[in-house]
Amino acid sequence: MHPILSRLSRLALYLLAWIPLAALLAYLLAATGGLSRREAISMSLPLCLLYAFVCLFAWYSCRALPSGRSTIGKLLEVHLAASLVASGLWILCAELLAYVFTGMSLFPGLTSRLSRTIPILLGTGVILYLFSVSFYYVLLAVEASQEAEARAMEARVFARDAELRALKAQVNPHFLFNSLNSISALTTSDAPKAREMCVLLGDFLRRTLGLGEKSTIPLEEEISLIHAFLAVEKIRFGTRFRMEENIAREALAMDVPPLLLQPLVENAFTHGIANLVEGGWVRLDARCQNGALSIVVENTFDPDAPPRRQRNGMGLLNVRQRLEARYGDRASFNVRTEGDRFSVSITLPAEREGRAT
Amino acid sequence: MNSRKDTKIRAVIVDDEELARQVIRELLAPHPEIEVVGECANGFEAVKTVTEAKPDLIFLDIQMPKLDGFEVLELIGTGSAIIFVTAYDSYAIRAFEVHAVDYLLKPFGADRFEAALERAKERLDSKSPSAAVPATELAATARPPAQYLERVPVRDGAQVFIIPVAKLDFAEAQDDYVALSAEGKKHLKQQPISSLEAALDPSRFLRIHRSYIVNLERVAKVEPYGKDSHVAVLRNGVQLPVSRAGYARLRAFLDR
Repeated sequence: MHPILSRLSRLALYLLAWIPLAALLAYLLAATGGLSRREAISMSLPLCLLYAFVCLFAWYSCRALPSGRSTIGKLLEVHLAASLVASGLWILCAELLAYVFTGMSLFPGLTSRLSRTIPILLGTGVILYLFSVSFYYVLLAVEASQEAEARAMEARVFARDAELRALKAQVNPHFLFNSLNSISALTTSDAPKAREMCVLLGDFLRRTLGLGEKSTIPLEEEISLIHAFLAVEKIRFGTRFRMEENIAREALAMDVPPLLLQPLVENAFTHGIANLVEGGWVRLDARCQNGALSIVVENTFDPDAPPRRQRNGMGLLNVRQRLEARYGDRASFNVRTEGDRFSVSITLPAEREGRAT
Repeated sequence: MNSRKDTKIRAVIVDDEELARQVIRELLAPHPEIEVVGECANGFEAVKTVTEAKPDLIFLDIQMPKLDGFEVLELIGTGSAIIFVTAYDSYAIRAFEVHAVDYLLKPFGADRFEAALERAKERLDSKSPSAAVPATELAATARPPAQYLERVPVRDGAQVFIIPVAKLDFAEAQDDYVALSAEGKKHLKQQPISSLEAALDPSRFLRIHRSYIVNLERVAKVEPYGKDSHVAVLRNGVQLPVSRAGYARLRAFLDR
């Protein structure tokens, strides 16, 4: 979209700005060519109106040749050539106009006097054209910086959205419903166990709710949240699962975004263990290496399980987006399937209370 | 079947969680007219038990190992009244499309359970447990739109085979059945070929004949045969007749 042509009000303002230029040109014509005031004005007004439109087209050449992507020499070359062509055509028009005026015997002898002003016209034409070019480049630069700002804003909004989505998804309602159903079963058959499960579920829920407000927590805290989750699942799944943990001591104090790993462990249940008749295992590894904290969540699954039509991969996508939004290139997220094993590997900067270690 | 009062209602409970089965067992306890003849923890077991025990009523979980509830239903047909029992509310519409008696959301209380049981009894007292539409057809229509079949469960007696559609070479209509050819073996499934066609991804499978659907990846060439008919030659050498309409569809696909 042309910044001036696209709106009538802008075009009007632009043409108004040309009125002093027309006056200046009239003065120059009178001074150098010895034109009378009436002659000079009659010439300069239509010529400036015409040239105002010619200069509008400089915009397209500016946009086609962005200042950042071509050398200064190349830019100068192109725009100088364009200005010379524009100026030359302008002079031709001036000659034509003078010829018409003379022919109409309005201003006798105008053509010969005009020829003396040709260097002035040429100079003015080139300068005005180049002035427009630089004006457009400034405009383009402003536009580009505005766009960059909007993009940065968008990225920030996206990052926050991902966080919010992650926090909203923190408790899978089906986990809740199924747990409540288990409690309902236990109330008659094993009341103390039902109470225990209520307590465990309450403990897990309280922790997840509290974590939502924090930006990072020590890995140790996330792992204890996972333990609260597993304690509930243990009652639901009985002996159908085994948990293995292999966590380096120094990793425990590292910062992680809250609820980063819990959804992965939950995924291991809904998409892995829950589909295995004989049960399966989940393994959680964490260690520090070269300033990075690397975490692996691995589990067994049934490759021939019925296709799940629910929340498929939503948990994984969420974790990936959160990592991306928060750490950018400094974090990585990899998913691997090998036979009946599914693993998610995460690396993020090893930081402690916001400081690199 | 109009003297149901004399005979017991035979029920099967299908859920992968022992505690979930326990709730149903317990809520059935005050009902001497209902006898639990089987409990299953996964889809394969469910198909086997239902085939052998032929229960009147099935409490069926949806998300389970091996086969999900809808796949189980597709294999066992609609000889029994079905009450779905699940924590997921998003399958409710589908459940009623396959003529389920009721849809219980976990956790549920005794009142809600009694209501479901009442409906099941009513259904059982009326002549047939559900309309005479084959379950396979219902399952196909109940499939969520824009989601094509990824695997076809097939039952042979009490045994269940899962055929991933990628392994399916072609399907041939045989009376009320379709014969599914995969990896050199044929599996019979009670399903009209048209409902199988509707469930398969049309960009991968094409009905080339009134009686044949072919996996397009398996087609090696199409040759003229006789005056104005054709045969499709598969990579494994099998030749399938191509009808005139089928040939037009095949051409349209190849030209795309």
